[in-house]
Amino acid sequence: MLSDKDRIFTNIYGLKDKSLKGAQSRGCWDGTKGILEKGKDWIIDEMKASGLRGRGGAGFSTGIKWSFMPKEVGDRPHYLVINADEGEPGTCKDREIMRNDPHTLIEGALIASFAMQAHACYIYIRGEFVREAEALQAAIDECYENKLIGKNNVHGWDFDFYVHRGAGAYVCGEETALIESLEGKKGQPRLKPPFPAGSGLYGCPTTVNNVESIAVAPEILRRGASWFAGIGRPNNSGTKLYGISGHVERPCVVEDAMGITLRELLEKHCGGVIGGWDNLMAVIPGGSSVPVMNKEQCDNAIMDFDGLREHGSGLGTAAVIVMKKDTDVIKAITRLSDFYHHESCGQCTPCREGTGWMQRMMHRMVIGNATVEEIDLLEAVTRQVEGNTICALGDAAAWPIQGLIKHFRPEMEARIAAYQAAKNAAA
Amino acid sequence: MSNMNIQQPDSFEFTPENLELAKQHIAKYPEGKQQSACMPLLDLAQRQYGWLPTAAMDVVADMLGMAPVRVYEVATFYTMFNKEPVGKHHVQVCTNISCWLRGSDDIVKAIQETAEIQTGETSVDGLITLAEVECLGACSNAPMMQINDDYYEDLTGEDAARIINDLRSGKTPKPGPQNGRNGAAPLGEPTSLTGDA
Repeated sequence: MLSDKDRIFTNIYGLKDKSLKGAQSRGCWDGTKGILEKGKDWIIDEMKASGLRGRGGAGFSTGIKWSFMPKEVGDRPHYLVINADEGEPGTCKDREIMRNDPHTLIEGALIASFAMQAHACYIYIRGEFVREAEALQAAIDECYENKLIGKNNVHGWDFDFYVHRGAGAYVCGEETALIESLEGKKGQPRLKPPFPAGSGLYGCPTTVNNVESIAVAPEILRRGASWFAGIGRPNNSGTKLYGISGHVERPCVVEDAMGITLRELLEKHCGGVIGGWDNLMAVIPGGSSVPVMNKEQCDNAIMDFDGLREHGSGLGTAAVIVMKKDTDVIKAITRLSDFYHHESCGQCTPCREGTGWMQRMMHRMVIGNATVEEIDLLEAVTRQVEGNTICALGDAAAWPIQGLIKHFRPEMEARIAAYQAAKNAAA
Repeated sequence: MSNMNIQQPDSFEFTPENLELAKQHIAKYPEGKQQSACMPLLDLAQRQYGWLPTAAMDVVADMLGMAPVRVYEVATFYTMFNKEPVGKHHVQVCTNISCWLRGSDDIVKAIQETAEIQTGETSVDGLITLAEVECLGACSNAPMMQINDDYYEDLTGEDAARIINDLRSGKTPKPGPQNGRNGAAPLGEPTSLTGDA
């Protein structure tokens, strides 16, 4: 069990003083100049050694990502872009950082920008988070007033931090779509390569990081890579903000160690599954885009990247969506199919058309108005979308359905049989 | 471009205050990259006018040196830009998975009954527009809804009906969790940050 002294987000519930002074009393902005004085190479090496894997879902090493930026600034400026377009169903952790613990993020942005030789950082906050953007802006203003950031600040690295609000498009959470949107266009993903580190915002070297990845950086650098690497399991280190929703007694956002078991996470922090552990039917452990797990898998699931991959799922954003036994799991996954259909940007044909096909077939599966062979046809459609699109939205639309078919095919077949029986009885 | 079936105003003009805010937005972006301010300016225009008519898009295009069609593309791509009028209180209920699991169907039904409208409609008094929307990112506080800029969380059907009735009678209901929680902390005894450090 993670003890409070190892928690990075000390005000995640907003119960303590959110001001700069309050944040400083909890350790933020402590020795930041000293960290910068150790140099960019030291910072990047330390981030690599900490084992921090990106908290936005993909789980790529943050330190290695930072090292992809050109070593020296050429004729194009470098940019840090922070992805706060938190919209993956189930995910609600970055919101808590921005509104309650914003100084962890601002300090992290300064350090990351210095390490990548960027003088400007844009944070792209989903448009609906109006109050969160206001809270963050208030904290940024305080930092400017106290010369912690801005031109000629006390840290000796000129740094501007700009808030940019989105306007309601899930696909903008994809890094190149986010860059397009930040440039004032439709948020349609770009083909890679070129990768953002070579050509990103305004065609300049850019790194896009998740809010949580940036916000944990200062504390890692203050306490040392070995502290962070010592929590959790090898290659899956550190602490993590989990967002638990659905059928638990007390849903919450909580910071705990990577590698905690799913059962301990739910029982320790959420009062357990409604009706008890044996009333559990399924869990989506990392936001809507990762495959659903059945009860048997949940029994021994470990909450980290490798632990959930063993069960054919993923940690994603650590957004744990819990479903108890009487849930209509087919309907639940259908709701996600509606979502991906709504959010497909329309650029790639397999996704634009495929999400519609999947959604329509899923709606028939909910009532059972299908044939058993159509389950295989649906599976085939998901395989034709998966891997055939510019960004991962197509994959994300396919995987929940694949997970459903893999684990709950008997339920789907029973639904079809019941529909047929009712139809025959009526006739 | 806005919905062509809607009566469009002939012109649109930013107020002096909003013009000043627009300039501040444009100044965030490098020289020559003022197109980045497109979304912030559309948001400003919508806040001023109540919805986003084509005339406002044209003004934004002109201010940023963009072809009008590029602004129309942006305005129609993002769901938060209202291309037709909405009620004074734009009630957006999340019905995505986490909210649905915890009863968002009840919330939608309660609002439909209280405001006497279907989803997508505006009440006769022009006060309430009801929409069902995708995940709003407050899943641990499900079910929830957004009304204009504020989130109302941990709702029951009765909460939703009370909030709608309050709005219709000119009151300002308190945003945030409606069940006494602190933010995204678990209800009741805390399980972390209890001071064992």
